[in-house]
Amino acid sequence: MKLFFIKLQRIALLPTLSFIFAFFIGGIIIVVSDPIIMGQLNSPGKFLTAAGARIGNSYLAIFQGSVYDVNLARESGVIRGLYPLSETIVTSIPLIFAGLAVALAFRAGLFNIGAQGQFIFGAIGASYVGFNFNFPPLIHVPLVLLAGIFFGGIFGGIVGLLKAKTGAHEVIVTIMLNYVAALFILWLLKTSVFLRPQRFDPIAPDVNPSARLPKLFGADLRIHLGIFIALFVTYLVWWLLNKSTLGFKFRAVGANASAARTAGISVPVVTTLTMFICGGLAGLGGAIHLIGTEYALTAGVAGSIGFDAITVALLGQATPIGTLFGALLFGALQTGGRTLLSNTGTSAEIIQVIQALIVLFIAAPALLKMLFRLKKNIETKSMAAKGWNG
Amino acid sequence: MAQLNALQRRRKNGVISMVILLFIFVYIFYISSSRVEPVVYGFFLGDEWKLISEWKIGSKSGVLIFLLLALIGLAISYIQFKTNRKITLGSVIFGFGSIMAFLTWAAAGKFIPLTGLLQAAVLLAVPLIFGSMAGLLCEKSGVINIAIEGQLLFAAFISAIVASLSQNLIWGLISAPIAGALVSWILAYFSIRFQVDQVILGFVINVLVLGLTNFFYTVLLVPYESTWNAARSFSAIPIPILSKIPIIGPILFNQTIIVYLMYVIVTVIQIALFKSKWGLRTRAVGELPIAADSVGIDVNKLRFRNVIIAGAVAGIGGAVFTIGAVGVFSQSMTAGAGFIALACLIFGKWSPKGALIAALFFGFTNSLQSNLSIAGVPIPSEFMLMIPYIATIIAVSGLIGRVRAPAADGIPYLRGTK
Repeated sequence: MKLFFIKLQRIALLPTLSFIFAFFIGGIIIVVSDPIIMGQLNSPGKFLTAAGARIGNSYLAIFQGSVYDVNLARESGVIRGLYPLSETIVTSIPLIFAGLAVALAFRAGLFNIGAQGQFIFGAIGASYVGFNFNFPPLIHVPLVLLAGIFFGGIFGGIVGLLKAKTGAHEVIVTIMLNYVAALFILWLLKTSVFLRPQRFDPIAPDVNPSARLPKLFGADLRIHLGIFIALFVTYLVWWLLNKSTLGFKFRAVGANASAARTAGISVPVVTTLTMFICGGLAGLGGAIHLIGTEYALTAGVAGSIGFDAITVALLGQATPIGTLFGALLFGALQTGGRTLLSNTGTSAEIIQVIQALIVLFIAAPALLKMLFRLKKNIETKSMAAKGWNG
Repeated sequence: MAQLNALQRRRKNGVISMVILLFIFVYIFYISSSRVEPVVYGFFLGDEWKLISEWKIGSKSGVLIFLLLALIGLAISYIQFKTNRKITLGSVIFGFGSIMAFLTWAAAGKFIPLTGLLQAAVLLAVPLIFGSMAGLLCEKSGVINIAIEGQLLFAAFISAIVASLSQNLIWGLISAPIAGALVSWILAYFSIRFQVDQVILGFVINVLVLGLTNFFYTVLLVPYESTWNAARSFSAIPIPILSKIPIIGPILFNQTIIVYLMYVIVTVIQIALFKSKWGLRTRAVGELPIAADSVGIDVNKLRFRNVIIAGAVAGIGGAVFTIGAVGVFSQSMTAGAGFIALACLIFGKWSPKGALIAALFFGFTNSLQSNLSIAGVPIPSEFMLMIPYIATIIAVSGLIGRVRAPAADGIPYLRGTK
């Protein structure tokens, strides 16, 4: 038991401190940007009260908007009060998949910036299979998910293949492919195959009802079956990494590619396979996002999910469980950000700042160690610096 | 036949790909083309000496002329290859002929203002050039900079605010490099002091700058627009005589002060990097820091300084978006230019000259794309816009020549370790 707590402290201390510190700086930014509060600077007592109230209200609003809304519960029951929590989970689901796509690559020594493009391609595949065919739901839904995995996997696999065959750095290739995917979907939605009949704006037809994921608690809450798939896939990735031979190879290549090569592991095969699986994960996320919440493919289907996924994976220090919690946290922050503006007048963009700060502190553990004078050994999964030629 | 060395083999591959491409172009643009309507190219913008105002040519015969030009380029390349010289001149002529053949084919029956198109291309290339120079300064000294986007965006933001508050564009232009250097400082501090992974760090910096600018945009710039976000922009300053030269004049010598600044900075970097003591040291630190250290160069200090300078250079590029063009700032207005700048750097094989040419090429494809869609040419603009990205992927895959980063790029230097 004691060992467990020591381990927990090692894993959780750094994210917790980063979290607190980021919220602290976020609070300062909220206050500094408010001319009314800054106007009271000459009377310190008043200023501190006003500033404290402003920060407290803002963060309370984030909580209310992301977990449990007391007012809504009072009016229409506990289930309705949980509407924010449902929204948080709905926002988190695609982040979990895309986050896993980044985290898994990290462990194999690859920085997958391309989750965005892979997510988009997964959504494209899912949309086409979803609106173009008619099957019973038990066949249709798995087919759609497979299409997502396949399209995303191919789009990710290209990166791995290029890296394995020619040494092209995955960071550069994925950055470029993200743009290619964003432009490709813009074009695709204008073609007659994907354009919704009688519409001229770029939107594909809704996927057929047989291809949609069922809602868990009726039509009031948007939470859908995808969360269970997400939990299951998180477990699968954990199993793959920690319990399977393949996962061992991934980690071996990630830790030291030349040592792995000497041990007889084919680095090109591992690289290609990793990127295919990661692309598949992100593509699956795209498919589930599409048939769980969106239904219709639009150019903005991925939003900034693929980029947030990188911050999520960093927050989870590239472990599957950490990524799961990171995604839930980011989902909560983003959902809470929506009520922030309406309830307190604080701009929702502060969420982006806090997210970036959290990750900055996590990526630079030495800074926190210095600030808090920590002597204890904080566990950090090394996401070591590698050159373009590495 | 004697065994070819690696260099000669690459040249041979280059010539072979040109032959294949030429066959494809001849087929698409000439043999299978049914377009005969004339293309009108506009050359005269109004201020320069009038040499020729427009040139009208039938699509099919125009294509033939330019494809012949491409053939000449191919022949020159072949001769250069045979006589064991660089095939640069031949490939440039080939490329020019091919692009013009494409344009003449695509724009049949339309008016294409060629001088205006090229002028816009230079304008679009300017932030890319500044950005890729920033990347170059960092990476030549061994620090990966994917925070170019953040440096551009923050400088665009700050220069717009400063220029608005002071009602003076010069102050805006002075504040831009400071803002860029500030962002660079985060990169330098964390990557050199704490050895944080530079790619991750650069990514996080981009997110941070995006969040900060978005936040302050909605909190300050929107509600107090008239004081905080109402900068004017620099107007073009025609250089006497030079700006009167037909075609070249309006393109290169009738631009804003920032563009002239770009000429100076690129020249200085090109010369300093290869001819000065600082340049030699910078390259040494980027290739083999341990050797540089052994002769008494303070590796990390030099890297720190270069990263800060790089931020300042990117900062001037950021000012192009606001006070160099529209004046006011809008959310995430750099729209990925920092990443295209990174692409230019790689496409240009980590050399100032190469990056400059790559940026101009990317600016050209962008300008061409918007001109073709204005003229109503039925080619999906999305595919034209993809060209820079796909070209970069092809470049890093080693399909055209070998692209190699400085050897120590991205690897933190700690004394006593390798």
